[in-house]
Amino acid sequence: MKPFTFERATSPEQAVSAFAAQPHAYFLAGGTNLVDLMKLGVEAPGHLIDVSRLALDTVETAPGGGLRVGANVRNSDLAAHPAVRSDYPALAQALLAGASGQLRNLATTGGNLLQRTRCPYFQDLSAPCNKREPGAGCSAREGATRDMAVLGHSEHCVATHPSDMAVALAAYDAEVELLGPEGTRTVPAAAFHRLPGDTPERDTVLRPGELVAHLTLPASPAGARAGYRKARDRASYAFALASAAAVLALDEDGTVRHAALAFGALAHRPWRARTAEEVLVGTRADADTFARAVDAELAAAEPLADNAFKVPLARGVAVRLLTGLAEPPQPAANRSAGV
Amino acid sequence: MAVDDTTSQDRTASRDRAGSRGRSGEPVLGSPAARREGHAKVTGAARYAAEHTPPACVYGRPVPATVPHGSVTGIDDSEAMALPGALAVLTHENAPRLGEPDDPILALLQTPQVPHRGWYVALAVAETPETAREMAQAIRVDYAEEPHDVLLRADHPGLYHPEEANGGYPADQETGDFDAEYAAAPHQFDATYTLSPLHNHPMEPHAATAVWEGGHLIAYDSSQGATLVGTTLAALFGLEPAQVTVVSEHVGGGFGSKGTPRPQAVLAAMAALHTGRAVKVVLPRRELPGVVGHRAPTIQRLRLGTRDDGTLTALGHDVLTHTASFKEFVEQAAVPSRVMYGAVGIRTGHQVVPLDVPAPSWMRAPGEAPGMYALESAMDEVATALGIDPVELRLRNIPDREPDSGKPFSSHHLADCLREGARRFGWERRDPRPGTRRDGDLLLGTGVAAATYPVYVAPSTASVQVLGDGARPGYQVRVNATDIGTGARTVLAQIAAEELGVELDAVRVDIGSSDLPAASVAGGSSGTASWGWAVHKACRELRESGGSIVTVDTATDVRSQEDYARHAFGAVFAEVAVDTVTGEVRTRRLLGVFAAGRILNARTARSQFIGGMTMGLGMALTEQSTLDARLGGFVERDLAAYHVPAHADVPDIDAHWIEEHDPHLNPVGGKGIGEIGIVGTPAALANAVHHATGTRHRTLPLTPDRVGVSGG
Repeated sequence: MKPFTFERATSPEQAVSAFAAQPHAYFLAGGTNLVDLMKLGVEAPGHLIDVSRLALDTVETAPGGGLRVGANVRNSDLAAHPAVRSDYPALAQALLAGASGQLRNLATTGGNLLQRTRCPYFQDLSAPCNKREPGAGCSAREGATRDMAVLGHSEHCVATHPSDMAVALAAYDAEVELLGPEGTRTVPAAAFHRLPGDTPERDTVLRPGELVAHLTLPASPAGARAGYRKARDRASYAFALASAAAVLALDEDGTVRHAALAFGALAHRPWRARTAEEVLVGTRADADTFARAVDAELAAAEPLADNAFKVPLARGVAVRLLTGLAEPPQPAANRSAGV
Repeated sequence: MAVDDTTSQDRTASRDRAGSRGRSGEPVLGSPAARREGHAKVTGAARYAAEHTPPACVYGRPVPATVPHGSVTGIDDSEAMALPGALAVLTHENAPRLGEPDDPILALLQTPQVPHRGWYVALAVAETPETAREMAQAIRVDYAEEPHDVLLRADHPGLYHPEEANGGYPADQETGDFDAEYAAAPHQFDATYTLSPLHNHPMEPHAATAVWEGGHLIAYDSSQGATLVGTTLAALFGLEPAQVTVVSEHVGGGFGSKGTPRPQAVLAAMAALHTGRAVKVVLPRRELPGVVGHRAPTIQRLRLGTRDDGTLTALGHDVLTHTASFKEFVEQAAVPSRVMYGAVGIRTGHQVVPLDVPAPSWMRAPGEAPGMYALESAMDEVATALGIDPVELRLRNIPDREPDSGKPFSSHHLADCLREGARRFGWERRDPRPGTRRDGDLLLGTGVAAATYPVYVAPSTASVQVLGDGARPGYQVRVNATDIGTGARTVLAQIAAEELGVELDAVRVDIGSSDLPAASVAGGSSGTASWGWAVHKACRELRESGGSIVTVDTATDVRSQEDYARHAFGAVFAEVAVDTVTGEVRTRRLLGVFAAGRILNARTARSQFIGGMTMGLGMALTEQSTLDARLGGFVERDLAAYHVPAHADVPDIDAHWIEEHDPHLNPVGGKGIGEIGIVGTPAALANAVHHATGTRHRTLPLTPDRVGVSGG
């Protein structure tokens, strides 16, 4: 590990100015990904600015509905927050589907968004990787592609974004509040991460020195139901093979009034399924509609040598998720049985 | 020094009475005695190899090769050596010359050759581990690359028939006339099963701390056998065995990967010699797959010929596997087919191809674990094809004598395991039709498989000495056994207490140092039988002689064993749920029933059984390793990518055993239990997946990409 200097930020504004003052500065929050990458030599900060103690650690509910989540709120705490559990179940489910209990206790909301791909070639200094070293070439494309992208990849990079949380945020139309040298700006969560194109070294639209300060979630559409579904190799502590988050609101006649669908593990960013949503809205909510909508979205898939399975897997996950959300809520069993 | 922390509080020795009982009146041997080192382990007091820090200790960090095949043409360490705290960079140009090792993986830094990606080409040594790591990343190595090939395939032109497979078994063997029996069989079955490489990944990575004191080498090594590490280091460094002390007091698992000496001990000793300092080398998790062995991939063809009633007339088991270009290791996957079933014609064989891969080696139940997956899957397929219950099919094929050798079995209770397991599992309620049980999106199924593992025993030495005064004596047992988490230290104390007729806490057990009486490796499920035999013999001689110290050697006893076929057997039952939406397979229940001779400690034995079964669950469902064709080397190299089962994967697991009294084993009466738990589990789970879905998958692990979306 290369030597680095370290300071503890005293305020978000001070953190941003400290960043500008130091070459190769990085913000450090929970450290669950950055520290690993430093040990591997993938990241080599010259200066670490510890932002984990900044007071960005609250979840505020807005009067008209909606949430404002500090970037330092731990994944465990966000998942357990009563407003998240009741009003944003897809977010709570996505958070709890990620990593392990120990990691969720450390990992922050901002850090979760900014975690790097787990592509094994990105993590291996001896394997060429355009994301790690632009122009070096992509080892994954001709390597083990089972876990790689099927949507939106480029000849330069086929990596996927590993976050579960970010998939739910994309479906909830969340926004990311950034604090930078030129003040604050807001970016939609669904547009925060990038496709690799010919600059795969850039995961997000974050500008140099910008700090993720808050997330905001708008009020859920009236009567909306939402959920997150993840398929993985083992029952816990595994990244998704495919996942989906959906928010669905129906009119009384069963017509889709609002639909938001996002896929995880299929692309370099959470994949907001706008094509599917267009098919869904205004259409009767049934299994055929859902299949047709999801198929329309996944028609763009370009599987690699080992990951064609991801397309039917994502289709199954999304259709089953939507179908479940469209079913009338089951009355709680034995509620009136009396004890 | 390796000492357990048992304190003697109430020693009531009665040396004229063999077969002691604890305060509850229960026999000491067989009781669920708690681990002697448990308190030290959970409080952090127990020190593992990397936790020994001699004065002025420095740190070594290896540099793995980044090419799949070739040789080193130049090493530039100027940047690394310029770092503050940098001490040395060892390479093939300046490292101490070693004697020729028996195991070529230990010829470290002796030549510029690179046989596979991940092979160590240098060692950075620094005052701190952080500097050593930075040095290792800063060392520039130039290579001359040569063509490479890392992929096993059934039509590989390099496949050949070796003389022997692992364990010293003849690679190819035939009993009767397989071809004729198979051709004449009314029912023929032919299928091929494929397994990826697998990795041991013990919780404690391989680590060693070495220091030279004068001409004496002391190494704290994470090993399954300090005696073998000691004699190996002595040979490599041109020393007498008495000039080497190897301590393996506490070891956090090995699963075979620490059964042979590994690079960390040699590198640490070389660097300590080179720098004159104590040197610690901890192998990074991500480098383990490249240097500590792996279970070789196998492609196994099974051909079974049966009569109408399912009895086998022909059994053919052909194994294709890989080895390293520089070392032949042949996973003996066909060997269990020489033991299990009484076919008239049995032909078993192995072919191996040398590839530019790390050297495969032992991983929990080498041979039996992959071989019984294939054989027991094939048996299930036959049962389904003939409409015979899978338990019944196995019962009909249990042989009277070991088919391969014609020898009588010392004991054989597979039938009891199958029947007891079926009873406990509720097998009689099973509807045999596949693909018919639904629970929402889930398809449910159950499966069974038999298990077997041979009884190995090796000569060992041990001593026992009377401590303290004659009225309330204590006893010190000394034997270089290794407790790799099995409970060996505890069981050896139980064996001694039983034979001496004293309370358990009157016995102190010193293990885990090559300065103790020499003993065999903790491998092949042979530890307790081998060390326990020596401890038992020493205690008996002490008791009978009335002396104060006895040292024994069991070499003659082991060699003069009667001529029996000795095997443990078992039966594993599994229930799975297969998600038709995702192809995810999750275990609902796993039950093992084993016949493994006398069970010496009910608590640690259960832990061994369910630990093995859990590892078998990983082999069946989650553990996938891939060799990268272009880059060479393994792709999944950390515990986030190589999926050993998490707790959520193992919701309901249980193990039981048959009371088996086998008079033809060893005086302690146990058959060994460390490995049989893994053996039947993969096939039981795979058979349950077939029962759930109606689709037969013949490649493990059964991850969603293989099982696929089947509806919903």
